[in-house]
Amino acid sequence: MPGIFDGIKVADFTHFGIGPMTGRYMADHGATVVHVESATRPDTIRTSPPFRDGAVGLNRGGFFATLNTGKMSLSLNLKTERGLELARKLVVWADVVVENFAPGVLRGMGLGYDDLAQLNPDLIMISLTNLGQTGPYAGHPGTGTVAQAVAGLVHLMGWPDRGPATPFGAIPDFVAPYFGALAVSAALDHRRRTGQGQYIDLSQFEISSWLIAPLILERVANNREAVRVGNRDAHAAPHGAFPCQGEDRWLAIACTSDEEWQALCRVMGQPELSADPRFATLEARKVNEDELEAMVSAWTRGRPAHDTMHLLQQAGVPAGVVEDMAEIYDDPQLQHRQHFPLLDHPEIGPHRPQ
Amino acid sequence: KLLADLGAEVVKVERPGGDPARMIGPFLQDDPHPDKSLFWFAFCQGKKGITLNLEEPRGQELLKRLVAKADALVESFPPGYLDSLGLGYDALREVNPSLVFASVTPFGTTGPYSSYKGPDIVAVAMSGYMSLSGDTDRAPVRVGYPITYPIACTEAAAGTVMALFHRGRTGQGQRVDTSAQQASVSLGANAPTFMDINQRIIRRSGQFRGELLAAIPERQVWPCKDGFISFAIYGGDTGARVNQALVDWMDSEGMADDFLRSIDWKALDMSTVTREWMEPVEERLGAFFLTHTKQEMLQGALERRLILLPVYDVTDILNDPQLQARGYWKEVEHPELGRSLTYPGPFIQSSPTPVRSGQRAPLVGEHNQEVYGQWLGLSPEEIKTLQQQGVI
Repeated sequence: MPGIFDGIKVADFTHFGIGPMTGRYMADHGATVVHVESATRPDTIRTSPPFRDGAVGLNRGGFFATLNTGKMSLSLNLKTERGLELARKLVVWADVVVENFAPGVLRGMGLGYDDLAQLNPDLIMISLTNLGQTGPYAGHPGTGTVAQAVAGLVHLMGWPDRGPATPFGAIPDFVAPYFGALAVSAALDHRRRTGQGQYIDLSQFEISSWLIAPLILERVANNREAVRVGNRDAHAAPHGAFPCQGEDRWLAIACTSDEEWQALCRVMGQPELSADPRFATLEARKVNEDELEAMVSAWTRGRPAHDTMHLLQQAGVPAGVVEDMAEIYDDPQLQHRQHFPLLDHPEIGPHRPQ
Repeated sequence: KLLADLGAEVVKVERPGGDPARMIGPFLQDDPHPDKSLFWFAFCQGKKGITLNLEEPRGQELLKRLVAKADALVESFPPGYLDSLGLGYDALREVNPSLVFASVTPFGTTGPYSSYKGPDIVAVAMSGYMSLSGDTDRAPVRVGYPITYPIACTEAAAGTVMALFHRGRTGQGQRVDTSAQQASVSLGANAPTFMDINQRIIRRSGQFRGELLAAIPERQVWPCKDGFISFAIYGGDTGARVNQALVDWMDSEGMADDFLRSIDWKALDMSTVTREWMEPVEERLGAFFLTHTKQEMLQGALERRLILLPVYDVTDILNDPQLQARGYWKEVEHPELGRSLTYPGPFIQSSPTPVRSGQRAPLVGEHNQEVYGQWLGLSPEEIKTLQQQGVI
């Protein structure tokens, strides 16, 4: 099947998560992507777990294999003159350069956008960093894990009576590639129409803060700070993860309307509850939410999570199993959508990257 | 919204009376009014707005006339709804063969769960991501604000522009089908891969960083004097530099003892490190962090290039000098409200075609005259009649 980026050539000077995923997004859609690495300083992710059979090796890491499917790899030592010369040749060949070095590192090697645009005037280049290329923090060598802290995502995760939990991994590392693909695609289309290249400066701080834009406007307009709410939501009740049969089993349930609440009451075998003034309206349910959650938990506890999800969904109540890492591979919807395609790898063997 | 930021002319099609999303809060001064939703403001900025009843035959005909002039259509109805009205992709491509038709739905438009309801918490639960986050002694948690759809919509916007690029090269239209569940699976980083490669199920660990780059969970969120910071001990060349720089900082304030000073960070192997080794280290770092404020930790991290940043609340984000210096904040005028509001600005900085910050979100039916009159050539009388008949 032809890909949208067929014929598009990408020089991928990336490491860790955010950069490789952006290049991979292009490879997934047909681009020829060359991941540039140094044999003397391999991508840190190559030395990060998990490894096939637990045996550490530069070509055995499953995470690297997942982040870089569909790419070619070129080993090139950018600390040598000849290496830099070859890098410049690669850029002349490329339509797009993707990089996520700390700001200023490539410029220091003579491979900044201004240098490269002289060699390849209609070049599209995207730099992805935690805080951006300019401004007082520009030199800061951060990661998505700490970028999500300044962007408010850590502050918002967890329970009101406790300190925040950290979102697993780094949300910005995996959201930024969508923004990056959007920006690069728009730049490619602009180049197709005008012949002009483009330089794109993406900051994880900025794209992640955008995700909570309504909360920022609320602070601006109403002078109200956002607080941790566990799994609750201002516009729905009940709204949370409820315990089910088995060890650490949970079902997310969200009643976003009175109709959905009434349907939940019917499924729970307590239709009279929906007329109870303590729970009849969203406003009342929010006031009595502790009691509401205790009742729903009493019903879900002891019930199998999947059966209960299907029962509720068939009655029109939004519900979803909190799937663990084994269950997502067994999820019939993700299987139908071929979310985890089977690939073969000379050292890892068959694997299913997301 | 993202397409409008990139310069596209975007017309938000709402049902007569206004889109239900206008009643999603928070609201300006807590007034639940359809033209005062801050949610609506944030995600409809830069668009034009028209009203149109898609369930009326005349409304359906008007949509087809609009689609004939459009490059792309983006929709988030439950799968099958537009088809049931004769307005699905197959019907609309007859009207406009090169149309790009993009859907954002909870699970995608096909498959066994495609008809299931999937608000944010359900989609993120079924993506697996929720199982990875939260304190171990309570239920797993989502980020306490629904970010799943902004994420899925960004993927849909990327798909739409990719399809437009393809159309530009080949003339071919395209169907883009985005699933919120799928868009969130990747947030799990290497946790799915642990399952795939090692048959190991990674679970949530609160303020600790699940085994991302190390063999053990290690503390990521730490209390400081006036809040929290985010920091983890790394291995490798980066870790050796950063960890030493932190110990030097502590030492300069008399807070590094012999034990800490004697650690050879270059010898630290994160793939074999144990909790027994890590705990006394974390204990000392934690005591140091408690002596400094978020602001002091930020300054120290910038000066010493530590991979450490404070846990900001929204007020901190608004006051941050970096975002201010980069021109992230844009004042957007709201003439009806007699004021302007500060909005998050460009999602990227680009040159020579910068992302723009458009006008405030449309009022209900604000551009009916312009779109139906100038674009579709309807007369003012026809528009008035359609309005009276509840078609627009």
